[in-house]
Amino acid sequence: MSGSSSLYALAGIALFCMGLFALIAYPHSLRKILAANVAGTGVFMIFVALGYQGPERPIDPVPHALVITGIVVAVCATGLALTLAVGLGATHIAPDEEE
Amino acid sequence: MIHLVDVTLVVTLLACAWLSLTGRDLLRSVVLFIAFGLLVSLGWARLRAPDVALAEAAVGSGLTGALLLSAFSAMERARLTTDEVGLTRARWLALGLTLGLGVSLGVVLLSLPSDHPRLSLHIQERISQSGVLNSVTAVLLNFRSYDTLLEMVVLLASLVGIWAVAPFARVWPKAPSTPILAALARLLLPLMTVVAGYLLWLGADAPGGAFQAGAVLGGMGVLWVAASLWHPPWALRMVRPLLVLGLLAFLAVAGVTMGIGKSMLEYPASQAKTLILWIETAATVSIGVTLTLLFLGGYPAPPEQS
Repeated sequence: MSGSSSLYALAGIALFCMGLFALIAYPHSLRKILAANVAGTGVFMIFVALGYQGPERPIDPVPHALVITGIVVAVCATGLALTLAVGLGATHIAPDEEE
Repeated sequence: MIHLVDVTLVVTLLACAWLSLTGRDLLRSVVLFIAFGLLVSLGWARLRAPDVALAEAAVGSGLTGALLLSAFSAMERARLTTDEVGLTRARWLALGLTLGLGVSLGVVLLSLPSDHPRLSLHIQERISQSGVLNSVTAVLLNFRSYDTLLEMVVLLASLVGIWAVAPFARVWPKAPSTPILAALARLLLPLMTVVAGYLLWLGADAPGGAFQAGAVLGGMGVLWVAASLWHPPWALRMVRPLLVLGLLAFLAVAGVTMGIGKSMLEYPASQAKTLILWIETAATVSIGVTLTLLFLGGYPAPPEQS
């Protein structure tokens, strides 16, 4: 690993960890969905960065294809998760209204 | 060699992600997330992944943003949009643990060999047999086409899941609130149709393809719904056939290739490009319709009057 490839790969790890932390730490369902998306983007970034080895070498298109598939699957999962979260919200009482 | 632009981009997108995940105001978080998606697509462009950049800008940032905003407004009506973000002791512990995980992952990653050609050489060898010149399209629709076949199933399954839990749409075309939006939509919809067709056709030889074109169609559907344009009564009856079109085209080709004694989805070399383009066309329509229906957030029926 060298150069900007490792810069982006490390950024991917940072994004994954941020997403994982927010997913664990914060209770709001919308924020958990955001967090899962950020973590997923981190994984995509590691993948694509591994396929890039500098401006003059050929790129590896397999991670690109996997990531495109992943992006579309992620938006579907997000749509399903948001529908579930909104449905939960309809039956759930916000903490500050309980008192 | 690391360019300043890469460092700036990485720092900005990490800051965007962190502020989005830890800010108290959820609307601000959503907007920052959309900005984050656009920055990430610039990152893909810097990593010479233009196909991924197109998909990210259209789907990862655009459509996910539209979904998040519509869910946010539904939650705002239910007054569920504040969150406690202070760092308690348990959160410090979680932060410490994820930090440790990040450092160990980083050490592993930096120890990977840097000059391994991975699969790029194999792809370059075989690209002439794939029927297309764009290596990403070749991987998606030829070398690993069963991945894409299964992805069409995932798209369908997610929508079935949404329909199962939400019997009414969350967003539904109403009377247009502003003539400007309707006029803009009338101007943009034909243009977006052309762009989608162009991306689809271009995908054989240059960055583009079924997913990017489908995402543009999905964006068009979202605009259509948001601008509350007229929809003919038969449009809803067309939804189901269009949803499964991509999957059926894939399965038909899979069946035929197995029927003529090849392995599943192994195209005859002379017909490869034709087959790929037919599958892509069907998949584009299905992806576009699926993404539009995701935005409705429920079974395509008007919401209950309450």
